[in-house]
Amino acid sequence: MNISTTRKDFPILKRRINGKPIVYLDSSATSLKPQYVIDAMTKYYTTYTANVFRGIYTMSEEATAAYENARKRIAKFINAPSEKEIVFTKNTSESLNLLAYTLLPSRITKGDSVVTTIMEHHSNFVPWQQLVTKYGGTLRVWNIQKDGTLNIHDLKKLVDRKTKIVTFTAVSNVLGTITPISEIVKAVKRINPDCLVIADAAQAVPHIPVDVVAWGADAITFSGHKMLGPSGIGVLWMKEALLDILPPFLYGGDMIREVHVKDTLFNDLPHKFEAGTPFIEGAIGLGAAVEYLQKIGMDQVRRHEKEITSYAMKRLLSIPGVTMYGPKNPEIRGGVIAFRLEGVHPHDVAQILDEDNICIRVGYHCAMPLHEFLGVGATCRASFYIYTTKEDIDALVLGIKKVQKMFK
Amino acid sequence: MDIYRELILDHYKHPHNFGHLSKPTATHTLFNSACGDKITMEIQVDKKDIVTDIQFSGEGCAISQASASMLTDLVKGKTKKEILKLTSADIFSLLNTELSVSRVKCAVLPLEVLQKAVTSTV
Ligand SMILES: Cc1ncc(COP(=O)(O)O)c(C=O)c1O
Repeated sequence: MNISTTRKDFPILKRRINGKPIVYLDSSATSLKPQYVIDAMTKYYTTYTANVFRGIYTMSEEATAAYENARKRIAKFINAPSEKEIVFTKNTSESLNLLAYTLLPSRITKGDSVVTTIMEHHSNFVPWQQLVTKYGGTLRVWNIQKDGTLNIHDLKKLVDRKTKIVTFTAVSNVLGTITPISEIVKAVKRINPDCLVIADAAQAVPHIPVDVVAWGADAITFSGHKMLGPSGIGVLWMKEALLDILPPFLYGGDMIREVHVKDTLFNDLPHKFEAGTPFIEGAIGLGAAVEYLQKIGMDQVRRHEKEITSYAMKRLLSIPGVTMYGPKNPEIRGGVIAFRLEGVHPHDVAQILDEDNICIRVGYHCAMPLHEFLGVGATCRASFYIYTTKEDIDALVLGIKKVQKMFK
Repeated sequence: MDIYRELILDHYKHPHNFGHLSKPTATHTLFNSACGDKITMEIQVDKKDIVTDIQFSGEGCAISQASASMLTDLVKGKTKKEILKLTSADIFSLLNTELSVSRVKCAVLPLEVLQKAVTSTV
């Protein structure tokens, strides 16, 4: 991967604010978009705007083909056995809500449990917290160890014959922890073969090679906007046999086969889960993003981010007063670094960095339970992607020193 | 940078009325989950509805801490009614600094907490 050619693909990196370039270190929140994706979406607007599955005319057929090709490409990208297993949603949050709302009513009765972890994004925590108890079950929380990793042996205590679902993040959006998915799946299924395993892959699919067959999980979720695609399109992947018996989440057009006054026959997979006109250009944009990532190669993406992360950890460690969270070993860590500066509130750090267009995120990063568990208030978070350079990290380090000087 | 004028940094580093009351009449805590501020206000109210003592605690950015510090100075000796009349404009004039949209929330959080505490005493 050639970083300077890659950067040329992102038109936003040409922007100057107050004459200064942008140091974008918030890719965990959302990624920048390459021209390739923008062009794919523009093409839909300028040459074949039409609804899908409806018109018997050229443009509609083109739109349908482009929409379905995107689905096929995404299926291949995560090694899904069939494109019928790719359901387009709005984002990871909607994918996880779809699972919680459709899985729990028939699966949870009094005495049952669902397991999630303390380091989840709220979108993989709140739906379960709210709905599991509604059906009389309990939510069990898997805590992390001091180093920010999960201990597989804890599953013996957390999972039993009445545990219906274990759900966890594939990569933490705060600690960067890469969880050993296939090991967790095996451990869970050994205790209870009927327990479903869900991986929130919002921070995994954009950054590391993902193979759902090798992972062995029953469902995974991710968002287009974090992987060079547009916001408003997300994915739920689920094993066909499971998806098939799941009731629909939303009712409406496109998700039906026959409608009579007294009853309705639902459409085949995956359309049963895509009620209404979908975000057609969003899916097409995500398909283009996947194509772009495939051209670079996910091994290269991961290699680049590992290098940047190691460099960033080393540089940040050299600044007195900086505390970092999460695993120290770059092998089990994605391109995310949460940190705190002694004596300065994260919000002030971000504000001063913004003077030099250094974009970081501060707050709880939609992971309040984790911050409470760590016993810290808000944190600063720098996160990386294929366009992040060592110069970006140097700028961050310089910015932090400026903050420290100001608050001395 | 304008926003961090000397007085604000002073209040941040050496906040006034920071700590706890031994027997507060009312206590209230609020979070600003977007940026991670947490502010608790403890007030002592006498029979005439006057706030005779006040302490704040919690974690927040320079803006929210300075705002809390200045606000607690301002309201000591004021009646509940007077406190409930305060608005964000009063906070802005206390801080007297340029606030971007995302910082307005930080600035007014202490007032919000204080007014909730005051309301809870009736
Ligand atoms: C690990 C993780 N899960 C879920 C989400 C939610 O994604 P979205 O906001 O696209 O629904 C995010 C992103 O913020 C995330 O990082």
